[in-house]
Amino acid sequence: MSGMVERTGKSVWLIHIGLMLGIAVVCFPIYLAFIASTVTQQDLVRPPMPLLPGDHFVENYTRALFSGVNAPVWKMLVNSMIMALGIAIGKIIISLMSAFAIVYFKFPFKGVFFWLIFMTLMLPVEVRIVPTYEVIAGFGMLNSYSGLILPLVASATATFLFRQFYMTIPDELAEAARVDGAKPMRFFFDILLPMSRTNIAALFVILFIYGWNQYLWPLLMTTDPEMNTIVMGIKQMFPSGDDLADWPVIMATALLAMLPPVLVVVFMQNLFIKGLVDTEK
Amino acid sequence: MDKRVTFKGWKLPVLLILPQALVTAIFFFWPAGQAIYQSAFIPDPFGLKSQFVGLGNFEYILSDPYYLASFKTTAVFSLLVTAVSMGVALWLALMADRIIKGSGTYRTFLIWPYAVAPAVAGVLWLFMFNPSVGIVSFYLDTIGYDWNHKLNGGEAMWLVVLASSWGRISYNFLFFLAGLQAVPRSVIEAAAIDGAHFWRRFWTIVFPLLSPTTFFLLVVNIVYAFFETFGVIHTITSGGPQQSTTILVYKVFSDGFVGQDLGSSAAQSVILLFLVGILTVIQFKFIEKRVHY
Repeated sequence: MSGMVERTGKSVWLIHIGLMLGIAVVCFPIYLAFIASTVTQQDLVRPPMPLLPGDHFVENYTRALFSGVNAPVWKMLVNSMIMALGIAIGKIIISLMSAFAIVYFKFPFKGVFFWLIFMTLMLPVEVRIVPTYEVIAGFGMLNSYSGLILPLVASATATFLFRQFYMTIPDELAEAARVDGAKPMRFFFDILLPMSRTNIAALFVILFIYGWNQYLWPLLMTTDPEMNTIVMGIKQMFPSGDDLADWPVIMATALLAMLPPVLVVVFMQNLFIKGLVDTEK
Repeated sequence: MDKRVTFKGWKLPVLLILPQALVTAIFFFWPAGQAIYQSAFIPDPFGLKSQFVGLGNFEYILSDPYYLASFKTTAVFSLLVTAVSMGVALWLALMADRIIKGSGTYRTFLIWPYAVAPAVAGVLWLFMFNPSVGIVSFYLDTIGYDWNHKLNGGEAMWLVVLASSWGRISYNFLFFLAGLQAVPRSVIEAAAIDGAHFWRRFWTIVFPLLSPTTFFLLVVNIVYAFFETFGVIHTITSGGPQQSTTILVYKVFSDGFVGQDLGSSAAQSVILLFLVGILTVIQFKFIEKRVHY
């Protein structure tokens, strides 16, 4: 069948080689980071660095996790986990509710609410950092989890997505529920939520990665090293001035920082791709 | 766009929408309003009172050579990031589309850099190109090229472009591959029977059919380069040397937080706000078209 379009022996091999070359180039920075996290500082300061793993893996990771540079990395991992889960779960819950209200009810000023929420689609947090920082500082929420989470929950992507999904659900279901005398919240919990399962899971994957990888906001918000998230904490591990950075520990931290979101992408690949396509529509 | 069937009552829906409305009002509209308000004032050095200057802050930044230079830097940076990441991704997707067995495995290996935060990507690339320990700078040195992105603005720009494009290849690859797989096989095979070679088929059939995907990715990647690459710039160059990698978002940060020039920073935020608005409108317009297509 497909042999028609040049899928004969030699060219197929060329393509495989090309793809492997591409993968090698894409994966090379991470391979180097892994090697650097298994050797000593002395191995690195005299370039070229070794290209095979050394035997200091346990030592470097233990040092990173339990002492780190400014704060132990396990602490930063916990902070990142709380922030990522808080953003993902918070956004999903408030969006499920507001989309339900928008699609299944008529109420005064509905149009106003609708537009107020959807205008937030336009403005990433990076654009309004200074005033948002002032608002958070005014509430005394610097160096707190709620300060890390709440401003990033204020965006309408998830609401938009659930609204689109609810619109595709046949009217007959709501009609039947109404005829049976079911209360709106019964309909929401018994019918709408179970039907939204895949959408919720796909969105969770995307939002978890989004939350975990935040940089600028935690950088402004957390002046206390104990509250640093791991992604922003790495930069803080570099010494100021010309002192030599502790590369093995920094690289171990970099790998720990990418591990959770990478595992999510690899093991929930189909949900991840669905989420990616959904959120961009 | 309402459902035909709706539930009665107004208290419940207002209660349901309240959490999002509150969060949006407090953490979105209030700060955004503050940005617009502050852009019309210059605070005195002690922060005790501000002086109203109308559009003065805008006049000031739009005649500030550093700000105009930052515009140019942003344009160069985002064009390079978009071109590099989309070019490499299209090339990989074209290959992956042509094999049948094992394309799933290749996909897994190519998509996971998406999950690596821009700031972490920055640290990885900084390590490779570090003038004293980096392996790439070492080998560049052995062939007689002295790499130092801490002194050379052009090299600094290339380094942040490469680090920013790297994780983005995954994203573009996924969308290009999906776009390619949607091209009907029959059309391609008909062209093949007519004797059209791969590149001819690509330019006359595949690429035109791929243009909605390409345009969509163009907009999304420009938005990415504008706003989400802050982490890369901050970890690798901190905007230097001599502001050669200070993109607009980085300047809002450095003027507002490092330089404490709140009026100017707020005015810059407002200008960025307009830029995002324009990009969003383009994106929405296009998506409507894509639905029709």
